[in-house]
Amino acid sequence: MIISIASGKGGTGKTTIATNLALSIESDVQILDCDVEGPNAHLFLNPIIRESETAKSPVPEIDEEKCTLCGKCAEICRFKAIIVIGEVVLPFPNMCHGCGGCMKVCPEKAITETGRELGIVERGNINGLDFVHGRLKVGEAMSPPLIRKVRSFTSADKITIIDAPPGTSCPVITAMKGTDFVLLVTEPTPFGLHDLTLAVEAVKILGIPHGLVINRADMGDGRVREYAEQENIPILMEIPFYRTIAEAYSKGRLIVEIMPEWKAKFLELHDHIKQMVDNPGRFL
Amino acid sequence: MKELVIISGKGGTGKTSLVAAFASLAKSKILCDADVDAADLHLLVEPRIGERHDFHGGNTAMIEPELCTKCGLCRDLCRRNAIGGNFIVDGLECEGCGVCWYFCPEKAIQFPLDTCGEWYVSDTRFGPMVHARLGIAEENSGKLVTLVRQEAKKLAEEKALPLIITDGPPGVGCPVIASIGGASAVLIVTEPTVSGRHDMERVAQLATHFNIPAMMCVNKFDLNPEQTNGIEEFARGKNIHVLGRIPFDPVFTKSMVQGQTIFEYDGDSQTCQTVTAVWEHVYNRMEIQQ
Repeated sequence: MIISIASGKGGTGKTTIATNLALSIESDVQILDCDVEGPNAHLFLNPIIRESETAKSPVPEIDEEKCTLCGKCAEICRFKAIIVIGEVVLPFPNMCHGCGGCMKVCPEKAITETGRELGIVERGNINGLDFVHGRLKVGEAMSPPLIRKVRSFTSADKITIIDAPPGTSCPVITAMKGTDFVLLVTEPTPFGLHDLTLAVEAVKILGIPHGLVINRADMGDGRVREYAEQENIPILMEIPFYRTIAEAYSKGRLIVEIMPEWKAKFLELHDHIKQMVDNPGRFL
Repeated sequence: MKELVIISGKGGTGKTSLVAAFASLAKSKILCDADVDAADLHLLVEPRIGERHDFHGGNTAMIEPELCTKCGLCRDLCRRNAIGGNFIVDGLECEGCGVCWYFCPEKAIQFPLDTCGEWYVSDTRFGPMVHARLGIAEENSGKLVTLVRQEAKKLAEEKALPLIITDGPPGVGCPVIASIGGASAVLIVTEPTVSGRHDMERVAQLATHFNIPAMMCVNKFDLNPEQTNGIEEFARGKNIHVLGRIPFDPVFTKSMVQGQTIFEYDGDSQTCQTVTAVWEHVYNRMEIQQ
């Protein structure tokens, strides 16, 4: 079972839910931190990193001996990642989406591919919990290929928890697509509600069963609850604002560490999700 | 004309609330919301939309079943595996590279331009605003960010306004890169948490990478004063000008619920005085002519 944790708005508590849920389940569970622009789960879980690899995206390399400056590569490229000016053919690797069109179209076979570094994927564990995250290289724009790389480490025999990036565009879609359940984390404020409605639209496009966690549930107003009721989205957990939780969070500590009684609630959350995934007809 | 872009790395540190507070304080300016895939500034400043334009970000392939001979070349060429066994293109996977369209021997593939969002020129009680809405699950957020910033700049020139205040997106990827390129300065709003600090360091590195002068303020500083000290020390070591500390104050949530800036909600509060001091630092530092 793959559970992705998403939100629309940033800073609502995705990582808090992902890490506390993963630690509560304890066995046969893995966490994939797909918020590769700002991966944070490791700060709370302190995994021992055992493997690290560079993730790359293909970019063209031009053999100037063979190139006749015909310009077909520049013509096919939709991303302005290769241009021909005068006697020079100039690739812009940062703009390249790695589609391979230039290589395919080149009549002289003057183009081969090399890799542009997108970032790194690190893997490790915390006791029995498997940990994977991606770190986008600072200055690199494209996160989806790195997110796909992190997701390639999904183990079919484990419960997989995906910490997704904020927003509603391609990075979060890449993190949620094909998962069995999306747990949406929001706060009951106008910003939280607005971005939640966008996230729900995205989840509906993907057709994935989903439920809601309301964080800092007592700060704001009642409109998120009204919306959830109207849209028939089950509220699976509410976490009130406790200054002690916020202060512990600031130091990298988890709710289940400082308030062990919450472990049972996270296990209940997991059971609830499992029921919804096992009986999709009743909830979608 | 100057442009100040508010960024944070981590989401939820208070970018939009602070931009709205600055909107109350700055006299002549244009507001620009560059967080196009989860824009929230409009909830506080209630723009009256004057102009509405479609945003065309890219193209998506579409196979015409009557012309398709199912030769499979497009499926072999597509690196996104966006074309299924039924020869239907998955729009969520298609990145619009056009390779299938270019090579299809039957010319059975169409490659129409997508409308993947809208952008607006509006009026608010704080002055003009340029903002946008990226369609759900769309790509090309960077292009749309670049577009709204260009339009904000044009409008500022037309109206001879000296300042653009731009609300940036979280993260360090495509939309953030598009938000800060060519800006006069960035203001990094962070919070004193392990994640706030971690993501702030990354976005500070990004500002350095693109050679944009950076300023910083710590929001909710009293949640962890020790972490706040550490963050400010880091900033000074990187030549990032530290502007001040904003306390954790429910006034931000309360004013948001009312659709107001903190100055409209309770202008006499201690927090408003602190934010005014932060704004005056920004103003002096950027040498804004008002």
